[in-house]
This record gives sequence, structure tokens and C-alpha cells, in this order.
Amino acid sequence: MSFFKRLKESIASKTEAVTSKFKDGLAKTRSVFTDRVAELFTRRQKIDEAFYEELEEILIGADVGVNTVMELMDDLRAEVKKRKIEQPSQLQPILSEKLMNMLRGGGEDAGLRTNSSGITVILFVGVNGVGKTTTIGKLAWRFKQQGKSVLLAAGDTFRAGAIEQLQVWGERVGVDVIRQEAGSDPAAVMYDAAQEAKRRNVDVLLCDTAGRLQNKVNLMEELAKIHRVIQREIPGAPHETLLVLDAATGQNALQQAKLFGEKTGVTGLVLTKLDGTAKGGIVIAIRNEMALPVKFVGLGEQMDDLQEFDAEQFVHALFAGLAGTVEENEAN
Amino acid sequence: MAFEGLTARLQNVFGKLRGRGKLTEEDVNEAMREVRLALLEADVNFKVVKDFIAKVKEKAVGQEVLKSFTPGMVVVDIVNKELTELMGGTQAKLAQAGKPPTVVLMAGLQGAGKTTLTGKLANLLQKQNHKPLLVAGDIYRPAAIKQLQVLGEQIGTPVFTLGNQVSPVEIAKQGVQHAKDNGNDYVLIDTAGRLQIDEALMEEIQNIHAAVKPDEVLLVVDAMTGQEAVNVAQSFHEKLALTGVVLTKLDGDTRGGAALSVKAVTGCPIKFASTGEKIDQLEPFHPDRMASRILGMGDMLSLIEKAQANIDADKAAEMERKMRTADFTLEDFLEQMEQVRKMGPLDQLLDMMPGMGKIKNMPNFKVDEKQIARTEAIVKSMTRNEKLKPDIINFSRRKRIAAGSGTTVADVNRLLRQFEDMKKMMKQFSSMMGPGGKGPKGGMKALKNMFGKGGMKFPF
Ligand SMILES: Nc1nc2c(ncn2[C@@H]2O[C@H](COP(=O)(O)OP(=O)(O)O)[C@@H](O)[C@H]2O)c(=O)[nH]1
Ligand SMILES: [Mg+2]
Repeated sequence: MSFFKRLKESIASKTEAVTSKFKDGLAKTRSVFTDRVAELFTRRQKIDEAFYEELEEILIGADVGVNTVMELMDDLRAEVKKRKIEQPSQLQPILSEKLMNMLRGGGEDAGLRTNSSGITVILFVGVNGVGKTTTIGKLAWRFKQQGKSVLLAAGDTFRAGAIEQLQVWGERVGVDVIRQEAGSDPAAVMYDAAQEAKRRNVDVLLCDTAGRLQNKVNLMEELAKIHRVIQREIPGAPHETLLVLDAATGQNALQQAKLFGEKTGVTGLVLTKLDGTAKGGIVIAIRNEMALPVKFVGLGEQMDDLQEFDAEQFVHALFAGLAGTVEENEAN
Repeated sequence: MAFEGLTARLQNVFGKLRGRGKLTEEDVNEAMREVRLALLEADVNFKVVKDFIAKVKEKAVGQEVLKSFTPGMVVVDIVNKELTELMGGTQAKLAQAGKPPTVVLMAGLQGAGKTTLTGKLANLLQKQNHKPLLVAGDIYRPAAIKQLQVLGEQIGTPVFTLGNQVSPVEIAKQGVQHAKDNGNDYVLIDTAGRLQIDEALMEEIQNIHAAVKPDEVLLVVDAMTGQEAVNVAQSFHEKLALTGVVLTKLDGDTRGGAALSVKAVTGCPIKFASTGEKIDQLEPFHPDRMASRILGMGDMLSLIEKAQANIDADKAAEMERKMRTADFTLEDFLEQMEQVRKMGPLDQLLDMMPGMGKIKNMPNFKVDEKQIARTEAIVKSMTRNEKLKPDIINFSRRKRIAAGSGTTVADVNRLLRQFEDMKKMMKQFSSMMGPGGKGPKGGMKALKNMFGKGGMKFPF
């Protein structure tokens, strides 16, 4: 069975609703990215330098990252030589498969790590304005839907109005927010929240933090301290430390993953704002260079605009146009 | 840093070429490959890169190389000048309406930094004795109004709000009227972040535009934006006829290629750089600094320029050869010192080199002008033979030199030790600046190690 058929079948077995929501969100991504890829593969009659150059531009244009793209191009060139490929259309499934394997990694870290015997703590980190607080609101709603009890910790005590923002989300979703005054020590907020979570024996504690640029040494130390307090108060926690990334971010995202990782042991990514035309290709580079999996994607500003990341769906949505052409070719 | 600066890259390409005639098309082609990569690594949009390369290539072919240091530097210089010019002049000025109030409309994606910038601009205007009014036009994001109110309170600027149940168009209209009634000469309208493909929200901001006829429409762009910057800028420009751009989060470690992308697409001046979370961290945009940053070169370019202006090229070349081949003597050392001093204070020079600013702040590293004078005196008290062969300087010679220069034997000892260190370091340094050598990375690292181990003080 062809790669795309397999892909399609495995997706068909998943809920249609999720897939279509995902596809809707990625509609723009698909139309810009995949149409160009599809067009390239059908228009170009042979694999020559012009073909490679154009493919390279498409990948770079999707923010996949210069290093990763160069690696990918080298790999493809090698494949072409080895398998004596002549038609661009023959190369297309190879590229897709490579991208998907890159995104999946070993596959062992898919899904959210939870604590089956107590409180699951998730810490959110990232630079300013990427969507940490919004993601927490969405995720709180999700857990609530699953019948879990949830508590939020208002750890952004710095940005004006940040506590109130989380509070509004708490009200929307119907979960409590542990907070202190604006300007207070975020580690102290985490301490309070951990105590309260234990007292109430909630299922999930979601911890918000202030946005910070990864090159600010003091702020990164503050984050390390927050991380330590959570670790100390709830053994085994945080069960996930999620770095939230804006899909429009360029290659600085690699630097973010690296430095936030060093300070807080990031375990996964949330890719937000994929409802725009930004492609978020940098997650491929991050996965490739740092082995960090994407756990969720943000597809809008509403409560239900959060989806679990699924490499198959991601590639399927990305290459939806392509899958069709390949199958047609096979049918002929 | 994860990236290599363009200077370093070009040094590799041009390693063997040096000071010969004109740049051939082949030279330039090879260099342009590196320039392209440097720009792409900085997140400049690939289409913008393409156009840029074509333009620079035309200018570079046939350029004279002879008098300059290396062909690499000639190319860097051309690229930098072109880049700087493309990004426009320094322009930290807001529009001012003939008849107040001046209306400023903010626009941009979610999370770009509009609200914070709105507060910063109000702060700046107040310092210039204006009376701004803030208008809370983001009714969608939870607590966005509250955020603006907190900022307004912080700097003592009034905030106009109608809550989050009235349409932003109405809020903007009434806000401007409120400013007229209350004698505010600037109205800064904060708006909700929106995706450029969100038709309903784009129509809304167009309606705001039509209702208040702003004198200034600022696109707020996160400096970390990747390839997407072009799409965003294009759509917002089409819909709103932007008049300026503000780059935010420039205090991060991003190379900031989005600056070039946005400028190339809109043609609008980049008016400000937002460089921190504090209310007064707003700066004029400097195209020259941004160019160096995009190319990953610190302010290396100013350094090259200074060097070119002040150092005799032939002498420098000779000096460099000596350093590389280790027949660098104390006499050369003195001359080198004078050349370097002509370029300006050493710590400033270090500031301009990527990665060197930090070294300068290390406790063991001090640039002491007094010590420079002492060093000069010591070297001048040596015989020519001693300067050429420091090895012969035994204890009695040291005593003589100390007496002659008004220093102590310990001072002389220290200088001789430092000279040896210096010689090693210069050798590595020259491989970074000049052709050949082992390439810049080793040199830089060695430099850092040297300072890092502690105790190393510059002899001047
Ligand atoms: N379109 C879109 N906007 C988002 C998404 N996630 C967050 N946002 C918006 O991005 C802005 C910044 O989000 P916020 O949660 O305050 O970011 P934080 O500073 O990281 O906490 C807000 O206007 C959010 O509504 C998303 O997936 N899609
Ligand atoms: Mg937040």
C-alpha cells in the first residue's frame, strides 16, 4: 500500500470531527505550502538544480530552519542518486515520509504525561505574547470536559493585567485561580498553588508564568526557581513543562527551545496561532535538533481551539493536495 | 550564538584570495552564497533575499580590492551599506497633525506587543510635553483593557474605555471626540491583535481607520517573526495604508531579519525599536546597527571602517604577517599599540566585536590607560636589540630598564610575560581578521579562554 493510502486510512479511523477541525485550522497553511509543493512536483519535469532550489525555498519559506533544510536537501539528493530517481513525483512521498519521521521522532513521547496516582502538574513557559495564558484556559476547559478537577496558578505577577486575564479564563471555564497581588514573587504563588492543590486533591494543576526572553539571565533564574519550588512541593512534578511557541516565529524558536530547556527541562511544545498563514515549520527543526515533541496546537482564540498534535494529521493536512495526485497516478 | 557571522563566513570563502585587483564575478558568486545563507539564517524572507542578492551582486562585481584588507571585507562593506540603506534613516518621530489631536492607530498580530508599545509611546510623548490620551480598543482579549489601564496609571496618562460591550469603531470615534473635548493633542488607539486573514477583524480595523482618519498607522511587529513577516506586512499595508513600523522584543537574541522583510514589502519607515518590558524602553531605530545584527556581526562593520580609516593598509598587512609568523617584536608591539590607540579606546573596540562586550565586563579584564603609558615607557627604555630579542633581557637589564622608565622590576617582568601572551593572542586574533589562518571560530574561542582563565590583563 502506498504511503499516502496508509496515512489516509489511519486518519480515517480517528474522529472525523477532530480531523476536519484540524484541517480547517490548517487550511491556509495547506493552500500556501502544499499547493506550492504539489505544483512544484507536477510542473517540474526533471530533478535538476532549479528543482532543488525551488524546493529549498519552499521549505525555508515554511520556517523549517536553514540547517534542517540543508540536511534535508542533502538527504534527498543522496536518495535520488541511490534509487536512481528521475521524476519529481517519485521524490514527493520520500520527502513527506522524511518530514513525518522527523516530526514523530521515536514516537514514545506522544501524548501528555500525566500522574495516574495524584496531581498532574503542568508548567507553561515561553517568551512574551506567544499564548501561554490562552493555552492554559483552553487546556483547563479540556480537562474539565474530561471530568477532571482543575486548579490554575497565576504565576505571571509581572505583566499588567495578566492575573486578571487568567481569572477571566478561570471564570469562563469554571475553575479556581490561585493568585497573589501583582508584583509578588511568582515562586510564592506556586507554593500556595501546590499547597491548595494538595489540600483539595485536584487532578490537574496548570501553572502560568510571565513571558520572558530567553537571554534575560535573571528572569530565567526566576523561572528555574519556580520550577524548583514545584518540584519540591509535589514530588515528581511538574509532569510536563511545555514551551509555548508562536507559529509565526522564525529561527529564534530554536534558541528558545534550547535556553528554556536548560533552565526548566522543557518536555514538550505547544504550537499556537496555526489558524493564521504561518507554517510553524520550525517545530521540525526543533524536533530534529533537540528531540522535543509537539504536544498541542492552538488553532484560535476560543476555548475549544486546542488540538492534540498528531504528526500524521499534521502531514496529511500539509500534504492533502499531494496525496490526491499520487493516488491518481497509482490508479492509472 | 548558534550562528556564524557573515564576516566569519566570508573569511572562509576568501581565505586564500587577498588584495588582488578587482572582484571577479566568480568571487562574488561564491560570496553571495554565503550572504544568502546569512540572511536566511536571520529570517529575512527568501524572496526579499533573492532581490537583495541580485542587487548587491551587480554592485560588487568589478570592485577594487587592492587597498582594502581582504576581498571578504569589501563584500561585507557593500552588503552592509546596501542593507543599511534599504532599512532607511533613523526616524524616531511620530506624525503630527496640523490640527490636533494627532490620531495614532496601532495594528498587528496577537501578542506582537501593541498594548505595551501604546503605553511606551504615551510615556515618550509626555516627556516631550504632549498630552496624550490612550484609547482601549481591544475588547476581545480578556483583561486587555485592564492592562492598558494599569499602564496608564503607571505613567499618569488618561485611558478612555467604554468597556468590552461596545464596538471598537464606536470606542475609537468617541475616544477622539473625548480628546478634542479635553485638550489632548495625541490619541493613541490600542487595538486587538488580529490575523491578517481574519476577514471580519480586518474589516473592523478598516472601519476604525475610516471613522477616525488616523495621521499615523503603526504596524507592530515582533522581531522574532520568521518568513511570515512578509505576508503580515503586505496584508496590513493593503488594508490600512501603513505609515510606519515598530519592531518589538529587540532586546532578545534574535537576528531580526523581519525588519528587512517588512521594510522591503511596505516601504514604510521603521520608526521605533521596543527593547524591554519597562515603560521607558523605547528607542529610535538604527538601520546601521540592525544591518550588523542581521548579518550577525556585532558592530564589526564600524570596526572595519575605523580600521580602514586609521590604519595604514601596508603597515597593517606587514604587521599581520609578522604576527602570524611570530616574528612580532616588542618594537612592533609598540607600533601596534599606537595604531590601536588611534582607533579609539580599546574597550569601545571590544564592544563592537561580537561576543567581546561580555569579556570586557569580566572583573579580571581592565583596560587601563595609565598602564598603557607605563608600557610605552618600559618599551622605550629598551635597546633595539632587546626589543627585537626579548629573550636576552636578563635580571640586570631588567633593573636598568625599570630605572630608565621609572617603573619597578616587577612591572618589567609583568610586561614581558604579557607580551608573550599577547603574541599568542594576536596570532589567533589575526587569523580572525585577516586571510588564511585557522578561521575565526578557533580564534574567538582561544581569546575567550585566555580571558576566561582569569588574571589576563591587557598590557595597555
Ligand atoms: N489566532 C490565535 N491567537 C491566539 C492563539 N493563542 C493565543 N492567541 C492570542 O495571542 C495573544 C497573546 O496570548 P496570551 O495568552 O496573552 O500570551 P502569553 O503572554 O504567552 O500569556 C492573545 O491575544 C491571544 O488571544 C491561537 O492559537 N490563535
Ligand atoms: Mg500570559
